[in-house]
Amino acid sequence: MAREKNESVIESSLKRKYKLQAKGVNVFYDDFQAIKGISMNIKPNSVTAFIGPSGCGKSTFLRLFNRMNDYVDGFRMEGKIFIDNHNINKKKVNVEQLRKQVGMVFQKPNPFPKSIFENVAYGLKIQGIKDKTFLQERVESALKQVVLWEEVKDNLNKSALALSGGQQQRLCIARTLAVEPSVILMDEPTSALDPLSTAKIEELIHELKDKYTIVIVTHNMQQAGRISDYTAFFYLGEIIEFDKTNKIFTNPEKKQTENYITGRFG
Amino acid sequence: MNNIKKNRLKDQAFKVWGIACTLLGLVLLLIFLGNIFTDGIQRINWSFLMNLPSRSPEKAGIYTALMGSLWVLSLTTIFALPVGIAAAIYLEEYGKKNKLASILEVNISNLAGVPSIIYGLLGLEVFVRMMEMGSSVLAGSLTLGLLILPIVIVSTREAIKAVPKSIRDASYAMGASKWQTIYFQVLPASFGGILTGVILALSRAVGETAPLIVIGALAYVPFAPLSPMDQFSVLPIQIFNWITRPQPGFVENAAAAIIILLLITFVMNGIAVYFRNKWQKKLK
Amino acid sequence: MRKLKEFVIEKLLLSSALITIAVTIGIILVLSIEAFYFFSEVSIVDFLTDTEWTPLFTNKHFGIMALLSGTLLTTFIAIAFAVPVGLSISIYLSEYAPKSFRKTIKPLLELLAAVPTVVYGFFALMVVTPYLQGIFPELSGFNALSAGLVMGVMIIPYISSLSEDALHAVPYSLREASYGMGSTRLQNSFRVIVPAASSGIIVSIILAISRAIGETMIVAIAAGQQPRLTFDPTVPVETITSYIVQVSLGDVQHGSLEYRTIFAAGITLFIFTFLLNTLSHKIRKKFQEKYE
Repeated sequence: MAREKNESVIESSLKRKYKLQAKGVNVFYDDFQAIKGISMNIKPNSVTAFIGPSGCGKSTFLRLFNRMNDYVDGFRMEGKIFIDNHNINKKKVNVEQLRKQVGMVFQKPNPFPKSIFENVAYGLKIQGIKDKTFLQERVESALKQVVLWEEVKDNLNKSALALSGGQQQRLCIARTLAVEPSVILMDEPTSALDPLSTAKIEELIHELKDKYTIVIVTHNMQQAGRISDYTAFFYLGEIIEFDKTNKIFTNPEKKQTENYITGRFG
Repeated sequence: MNNIKKNRLKDQAFKVWGIACTLLGLVLLLIFLGNIFTDGIQRINWSFLMNLPSRSPEKAGIYTALMGSLWVLSLTTIFALPVGIAAAIYLEEYGKKNKLASILEVNISNLAGVPSIIYGLLGLEVFVRMMEMGSSVLAGSLTLGLLILPIVIVSTREAIKAVPKSIRDASYAMGASKWQTIYFQVLPASFGGILTGVILALSRAVGETAPLIVIGALAYVPFAPLSPMDQFSVLPIQIFNWITRPQPGFVENAAAAIIILLLITFVMNGIAVYFRNKWQKKLK
Repeated sequence: MRKLKEFVIEKLLLSSALITIAVTIGIILVLSIEAFYFFSEVSIVDFLTDTEWTPLFTNKHFGIMALLSGTLLTTFIAIAFAVPVGLSISIYLSEYAPKSFRKTIKPLLELLAAVPTVVYGFFALMVVTPYLQGIFPELSGFNALSAGLVMGVMIIPYISSLSEDALHAVPYSLREASYGMGSTRLQNSFRVIVPAASSGIIVSIILAISRAIGETMIVAIAAGQQPRLTFDPTVPVETITSYIVQVSLGDVQHGSLEYRTIFAAGITLFIFTFLLNTLSHKIRKKFQEKYE
């Protein structure tokens, strides 16, 4: 009896240490099971990479944290997702509020067909913020964080679509930073970019770690090795192994992980 | 001649026939436009545009008809534009999966195929008689508004569909609500396409004759409308009236008025195509 | 608060969409109610079998066949002209013509459908009829032939555009197979592509027929105002649509039997076009399933 109580005290203090948590999560699309019994704890101010072959549930699982799967036909979830200890699937949770806390960057840069300024200010605009000075400060700050400010500061009214691919992706990151979230989800953010832009964004992620909790899905194992603190290896909807990146890449526990890392299957 | 040669010959013959058919329609169009042009161009002058209808062909002008068309076009827009766009937004963004949406879709495509004169009968009973609007500009505009509603809805839907999903995803991921996404992203991005569709629908409305005749638009109206409840005429009805008059002078008048009507129609079509091209470039 | 706003907006948008249902119900009710009153005075048997339509004369006959024959005759002439021409255009553009030609021609052809019908009517009466009278001197000043031919010109794009889309939708692999066996474009077109696109082509023809049946101004101006059960294209006739125009231009008492005739005629027209449109919709649906 007493032992159980102690364990629950330890458990609950452990909980506060985690920014993101998943408990016994199963995801179904109609009859197809995309995620099988995954539990995971992610620490704040870390970079966690999800690796694994295509179609193994990485993106699906990522999107549980900002509930973007809600829009997909036939989506059904069992289990719980916590952010800062709050269950985000409870009825009273305002999903729009959630997405201000949890930002997302997509695989293909998707700036709005508007000016650079309007893109970055969008997240604030929809909250009803109209104060021009405030907006300008936030936009400048966000663009500086993604190291885009110097390149665009004289052309904030230019269309965002005129920027290069790498610049557009950095713009999309700035867009999410402007609302000052605490978590940033990235779904293969550099797979559509050239190596130079990729390098710039990886550097950016490294710097963002100080202020944000980052989860990144990537096909590129070297990338995961370069930028993440923790790595989760997904295979067919399950997590085969989840540990410090160092360990996964030098001394994995599971044979399957080792096979994937060394390229025996893709 | 062996088979292969025969077949080749037939192939070439059909090619010639195909080109001939293609050009036939266009050549006919050119011929009759040219014919109308020569018939009517002499008649066009400032007084023709500013005069009221008259029993003598030389004195008659299209002023009241032009004003009537302008009035009707404006009111039709005021009615059909918001309703059509709202309905299209509902069907594209909200009603995607429910049964009601598919009933609405079938119904709209049916309405698009109903002959325009039937809309006239509807307008006559409901607007002119039941709602006691009389044969007024308002009744005519509402009737035409219903007529072009399916066109506005369909073309607005196409414009909304063309907005890439990635933009909606990005907007939702930033915490925007459905309506915010529609209002701040989807509508501005589809604006050019919507505008194109509306202008095309209106260029159709400006040439409509039958439904307005049925609701009682008159051919001989000695004044331009000053309020929506006034009686009215429109350019196509004026043309129709002049065609049916026996005096030869009226044929010239009709031809001249046709030139004006075609000018308006083609200019509107041209503007619509211009906007469509501009908008398609913008989305890329 | 936000949720309430979203809910209200959704319902407002829905009500706009529901207006379209109100329109359909309105059309059906208006036509049916007035037709009901009409048929309480005129027997349906007379309506369908009498060969004369003279509701405005003292000796009244209410045989819709007289008007229907005018409608069907002009439609037939229009379709007889537009289908071969329109189909040939669509095959030529789809299988023979270079892409740039196709791109420039297609919008030009669609211009044919953009011209206001009152303009076509003028052309039919003032240019086509006198010209045809040069060839057939017995041709009367108002006749079904001129009106039908000009209607045919107007509906060419209905057939050519839609058929061309249907031909274009046929997968390229079919053409490859046929050319690979050494067929000419002509053989390929008629033996392989057209049959494959047949549902789409049929849909375009049905829609063109529906459009021709509902056409008003061309026939009102050029075909005449004499309802007559005939297949003779050289004499004046009257169609359902031009009859409605004729009555609307005159002084007919609201609520009278004569007034109600336009609704009886109107509901006949509506039934025809509704059936045609429904048929084309069903065929189109089946066609879509075929290529998915």
